[in-house]
Amino acid sequence: MFYIIRRLLLLVVTIALVSIITFAVFQILPGDPVRTMLGTEADETQIESLRNELGLNRPLHEQYVDWIKGLFTGDLGNSIRFSMPVSTLLMERLPVTLSVASMALIIVVLVALPLGIFVAKRQKKFSDVVLSSVTQLGMAIPSFWLGMILILYIGMNVDFFKISGYIPWSESIKGALSTLILPALTIAIPQIAVKFRYVRTSILEQMQLDYVRTIRSKGLPEKIVVYKHILKNALIPILTIFGLITAEVVAGTIIVEQVFALPGIGQLLITSISYRDFPLVQGIVMYITITVVFINFVVDILYSVIDPRIRLR
Amino acid sequence: MKSSTVENNKQKDVLLEVNDLRIYFDINRKKVAKAVDGVDFSIHKGETVALVGESGSGKSVTSLSVIGLVPMPPGKIISGTIKLEEQELLSLPEKSMRKVRGNDIGMIFQEPMTSLDPVFTIGNQIIESLVYHQRLSKKEARKQAIELLKIVGIANSEKVIDEYPHQLSGGMRQRVMIAIALSNNPKLLIADEPTTALDVTVQSQILKLMLKMKDTFNSSILLITHDMGVVAETADRVLVMYGGQIVEEAAVKELFLNPKHPYTMALLKTMPNLDQNLRRLPSIPGNVPPAHQFPEGCRFADRCEFVMEKCRQVAPELVRISDGHKARCHLPFLKGGEYDAQ
Ligand SMILES: Nc1ncnc2c1ncn2[C@@H]1O[C@H](COP(=O)(O)OP(=O)(O)OP(=O)(O)O)[C@@H](O)[C@H]1O
Ligand SMILES: [Mg+2]
Repeated sequence: MFYIIRRLLLLVVTIALVSIITFAVFQILPGDPVRTMLGTEADETQIESLRNELGLNRPLHEQYVDWIKGLFTGDLGNSIRFSMPVSTLLMERLPVTLSVASMALIIVVLVALPLGIFVAKRQKKFSDVVLSSVTQLGMAIPSFWLGMILILYIGMNVDFFKISGYIPWSESIKGALSTLILPALTIAIPQIAVKFRYVRTSILEQMQLDYVRTIRSKGLPEKIVVYKHILKNALIPILTIFGLITAEVVAGTIIVEQVFALPGIGQLLITSISYRDFPLVQGIVMYITITVVFINFVVDILYSVIDPRIRLR
Repeated sequence: MKSSTVENNKQKDVLLEVNDLRIYFDINRKKVAKAVDGVDFSIHKGETVALVGESGSGKSVTSLSVIGLVPMPPGKIISGTIKLEEQELLSLPEKSMRKVRGNDIGMIFQEPMTSLDPVFTIGNQIIESLVYHQRLSKKEARKQAIELLKIVGIANSEKVIDEYPHQLSGGMRQRVMIAIALSNNPKLLIADEPTTALDVTVQSQILKLMLKMKDTFNSSILLITHDMGVVAETADRVLVMYGGQIVEEAAVKELFLNPKHPYTMALLKTMPNLDQNLRRLPSIPGNVPPAHQFPEGCRFADRCEFVMEKCRQVAPELVRISDGHKARCHLPFLKGGEYDAQ
């Protein structure tokens, strides 16, 4: 229990810190949103009045407190570019990104985990040199290129897939899948190429340990040795890696949404940055942060479920 | 190799018989470590046999080969037979060997800190083999596990059974290891330096427990140690190992009173003596030759007080000195031992 409370505190502190940094960064970043909005022809009085209207002339700490309050009440101000509440925009786009990201994550886990175990058990057949070239290849492939290859060879040939746009889950599950699977694969494939080898290494490391010899000395079959004992122990380092994936997957959506023309957060982020739409950028960065920090929190909780030694600390 | 008449007489109650065992490890393309290089010994029913020798002499590899857990590769079995009662173990398929491990041989390892799975409870780790080998239900197995923990001297076993290894002291964990090793009533208990990692007081408790368990379960013990004090306290018979070979074998009393091999003599000298009041344990000068480059003649020659010309050229055989006493040394001839050529 103590462990969970400490993790929760950490979660709150992290989010608070990120909120300050996010807020501060946009104060010192070059480029004035008001000038961007009004164009180069605008005169000083026009600029000044818009500044007042947006509350940009008030002291910084006041602006910050207001913004934090908004974070809790869901009022993040209005987008400068879209003239719409930031929260409305986020709510519209968030499901798209979350769908792609979680689907990618599920694919990575479902493939990389069994694949890693498979090659670890056949250590002699798959040399590390061959496997690491697979990894190198996976890391070298740019995701926009992989996305286009998937569109070209799968999207164009298999009727089921749509190669651009998004169909909400509420409209049609099949439709949503047809628009999401290829983008999710685009994110997942390079991740799998890298992560399955972590799984393999973790399992091979466990196999060397003393406790495995004890289990073998009890005459238990390989199934119990690997899938009960080694796997549960190996999950501890594996979980760390998969915690990191989350951030990478979220980052991956930004490019993939461009390639597949998905109306998600990533697309919105790119637009908002190029228009210096600060309220929108801040809102997006905050939501991405909260998602990542929250998932890390979940990972920490999972640790304590797997590893009894952590519960004590 | 040579079989003495004494052994033939006792054939009936021999539990384990190891013959001409050779296990080599491929270190790299050129180097081969001869970890075990022609080992013969037997263990009788109800007997406690100690296997002693310095680090690297091949004790662990010998014991792991009995239970079929030598890592292969890099290890490979070059020759030999290991017979447990009538069953040849080295040629046994893995599946049958698993049965032997679960039912006939139990093993206790040196490091109680790392030898238990840290993410499962003590109970889980005892119960799983009861369920697998004895086909007990989870509930019955749990009852029996609590019983086993009581037998190995864990008082509050109902509580301990649900604890994790990190919650127990080293001595407690070794008790748990003993409970696990005994859970299926093995005929042979192998203990590879079971007390080396423990406090002195806990050490003797664990040794006493092992001997008691041997009687309770009517099994035999192969005890690996490099502590001659432990040998004196527990063993019936002693095998002294050096450089992958057995260099002397005798009943415990005979070995302590009448050692024949200079290595055994040196080992005995390293024993702390009560009236000597030594701060540091004396050790034998020199080093064990690495297992991948043993000398041509006697493997102990470089460190031997009594080394002769012959020792550097001819490797001595393990020869009979008296009933049940053998030594691998050229010296007994010179000293007028009762060596009789066979
Ligand atoms: N897994 C292995 N890989 C390579 N060589 C090994 C391996 N295990 C053992 N050996 C070789 O076998 C020799 C004997 O090792 P062993 O573990 O049996 O010694 P030991 O008598 O048990 O020593 P200790 O008292 O240190 O436990 C070692 O010196 C080493 O050269
Ligand atoms: Mg050893």
